[in-house]
Amino acid sequence: MKAIVSVKRAVDYNVRIQVKPDGSGVVTEGVKHSMNPFDEIAMEEAVRLKEKGKITEIIAVTIGGAKNEETLRTALAFGATRAIHVKDDGGIEPLTAARALAAIFKKEGAQLLIAGKQAIDDDANQTGQMVAGLLDIAQATFAGKVDIEGNKATVVREVDAGLETLEVDLPAVITADLRLNEPRYLKLPDIMKAKRIAIEATTLAELGVTAAPPVKTLKTTPPPSRSKGVMVKTVDELVAALKAKGLA
Amino acid sequence: MSDSQPNQPIERDVMEYDVVIVGGGPSGLAAAIRLKQKAAEAGKEISVCLVEKGSEVGAHILSGAVFEPRSLNELFPNWKELGAPLKTAVLRDELHMLTSETAGIKLPNLFVPKTMHNEGNYVISLGNLCRWLEEQAVAAGVEIYPGFAAQETIVEDGVVKGIQVGDMGIDRDGSHKPDFAPGIELRAKYTLFAEGCRGHLGKRLLKQFKLDEDVDPQHYGIGIKEVWDAPAGKHRPGLVVHGAGWPLDVLGTGNTGGWFLYHADNNQILVGLIVDLSYSNPYLSPFDEFQRLKHHPVLKQYLEGGKRLSYGARAIAKGGFNSLPKMVFPGGALIGCDLGTMNFSKIKGSHTAMKSGMIAADAYADALLGGNAGGDALQAFPEVFKQSWLYDELYRSRNFGPAIHKFGALFGGAFNWIDQNIFGGKIPVTLHDTTPDYATLKLAKDSTQIAYPKPDGKLSFDKASSVFMSSTNHEEHQPVHLKLTDPSIPIAKNLPLYAEPAQRYCPVGVYEVLGEGANARFQINAQNCVHCKTCDIKDPSQNITWVAPEGSGGPNYAGM
Repeated sequence: MKAIVSVKRAVDYNVRIQVKPDGSGVVTEGVKHSMNPFDEIAMEEAVRLKEKGKITEIIAVTIGGAKNEETLRTALAFGATRAIHVKDDGGIEPLTAARALAAIFKKEGAQLLIAGKQAIDDDANQTGQMVAGLLDIAQATFAGKVDIEGNKATVVREVDAGLETLEVDLPAVITADLRLNEPRYLKLPDIMKAKRIAIEATTLAELGVTAAPPVKTLKTTPPPSRSKGVMVKTVDELVAALKAKGLA
Repeated sequence: MSDSQPNQPIERDVMEYDVVIVGGGPSGLAAAIRLKQKAAEAGKEISVCLVEKGSEVGAHILSGAVFEPRSLNELFPNWKELGAPLKTAVLRDELHMLTSETAGIKLPNLFVPKTMHNEGNYVISLGNLCRWLEEQAVAAGVEIYPGFAAQETIVEDGVVKGIQVGDMGIDRDGSHKPDFAPGIELRAKYTLFAEGCRGHLGKRLLKQFKLDEDVDPQHYGIGIKEVWDAPAGKHRPGLVVHGAGWPLDVLGTGNTGGWFLYHADNNQILVGLIVDLSYSNPYLSPFDEFQRLKHHPVLKQYLEGGKRLSYGARAIAKGGFNSLPKMVFPGGALIGCDLGTMNFSKIKGSHTAMKSGMIAADAYADALLGGNAGGDALQAFPEVFKQSWLYDELYRSRNFGPAIHKFGALFGGAFNWIDQNIFGGKIPVTLHDTTPDYATLKLAKDSTQIAYPKPDGKLSFDKASSVFMSSTNHEEHQPVHLKLTDPSIPIAKNLPLYAEPAQRYCPVGVYEVLGEGANARFQINAQNCVHCKTCDIKDPSQNITWVAPEGSGGPNYAGM
């Protein structure tokens, strides 16, 4: 069984995001990028399923410019069997990404798409769901636990009210939540080997995908800075302060 | 996955290369590129592997920086076409002697030592230059692995055979976590150590191979730097301002240093203070000196109303020529700041670091291409070095640091003006400074406590918010990477004698003394560490040893 894992190159989670002085976006130049952490979790889950013999082939897919190759190398070091780079230098909308992933899914005859539930740069949380819609297949989002038996996947989802267990027929889309697993340390020999694996390149045009019209960003502003805290000495003072603010 | 535990022998993978380079800074990357260039010229192959402890190349790089392009011109004559990030040419130099918190003198150009003129130089981010050099190195076929720290040297029969990469997944108590991944061995015919100032392996190699026995002790400074978004109307791209004096000594020789303020591209101002680690007052806090320095009118005029973008700190090795150890040992060499090639009279070490890497690469490439099996102490490297402009440059500036140490900022500066401008650095006398920096502290009882002003949150800041600005991070459960040889010394000895200076010299608050009297205890917040190495250098008892934490830990500098 083939599984596709979508991996996105995003600004690293350790980086303090800075808004460009002209408000046109955030600074990405000269800033560390790495694989979106939720995609790392998706990648780890795929590798574990492969180690358990549930799937046989993991195809990592990324969409973007030349530097995205690093992200695919990371996926290969994790244990992806193949890597596909959809080369595109435009801003990729979730719908465009979903169309490309759906096209590859069909072309490869995959049974499973495992994706991060969202990317930490745009926090869109749309692509996985859209792929399921485009392909008209089942989806199990925010997965905290995944089991595959035969032609079915049992997925424990993290929802507001607690945990929800779903059984979905394959093919299906699963999106990974934070607690699904803890991604392994990449070993240097695996990273070295990953350098030598050829990456398959394609384009949106070759996949027969038209890019979705871009959403126009009007303005980017940093969040308001935290105002100074007030120290209170007693519980009564705290209650009074909260009341004064209309919070209690 | 592994079930191994520390008491079991660990099986390590081994990879072999012609040359392994430790550290992705200017010297390591220049050496890697030059090795590949030499191999390509000869139509042969030299395999080169470079490991970098930062999460990416550039993450741990911190420098002023005004960059002299001499070495880059030699390495890539076409660097402009290749898009090297040298965007802002220096347009104007200023040198100030601050005499009090409000007063200062701007020195006329005539009185500025020649080495501090910067025509033809560029204001850059050294981190970004290293990122660019990495791209060139990868394109040339160098294998670069960021996020992997060289933990140990492999020495067999007195020969350095390579390095062992740090293990991942060790718990605080030393046991192996389920995701334990043993570090592999990278073996090489020659290993070049380019860890930067006070490299933890370089330090051991100096001792093990007795490389620095016949020279003056190395001298250091701690550089603290911030990047600012300039306030509207205050940005003067290409303006380079240097200064000395207040808040450190003007006439005295005990506590010296100098500061910089550079106007870079992208509306950024780079501001920093270098405090000589030969300072004598244990109550001195380089961090707080820097914070109050920014309130001086000469600096404040450019910063007030602006926004601090990032913060960081790094020690520099500035002993120069007189402290230069032997460069080679069986199986490898030290290069760059690991060796100590900074030119303190220019306050520049990037071009000299690159050049030392390139000279080494020439020598080692010739040896390898000539069929040398490696493992020897290759004398061709020091021989070529002695014929180079780098040697000449370091020789000419040999007196600069010792003069400041001996005569203070003002009179030492005057000596340097005479030496550099009249004698071209060849004044027929060599000043030596033979007291190591850890031995210069006066006792607390003989020293004046310093009352630092409270930060205002606009120009000056506290340590906690500054640490945050360095984006430093370490996996939290790993063993503490700052080792105390004797855990009792901080409280039993350093506290009564020197008021435990670690609390103040550490620029990110790693060291704290909590409680008082009999309840006093020493706390190490290793997670804050920005790998500046000051503690390893300045501890008066030489009791702190910095070792490499788990790979990719440490600061995540952007554009430093």
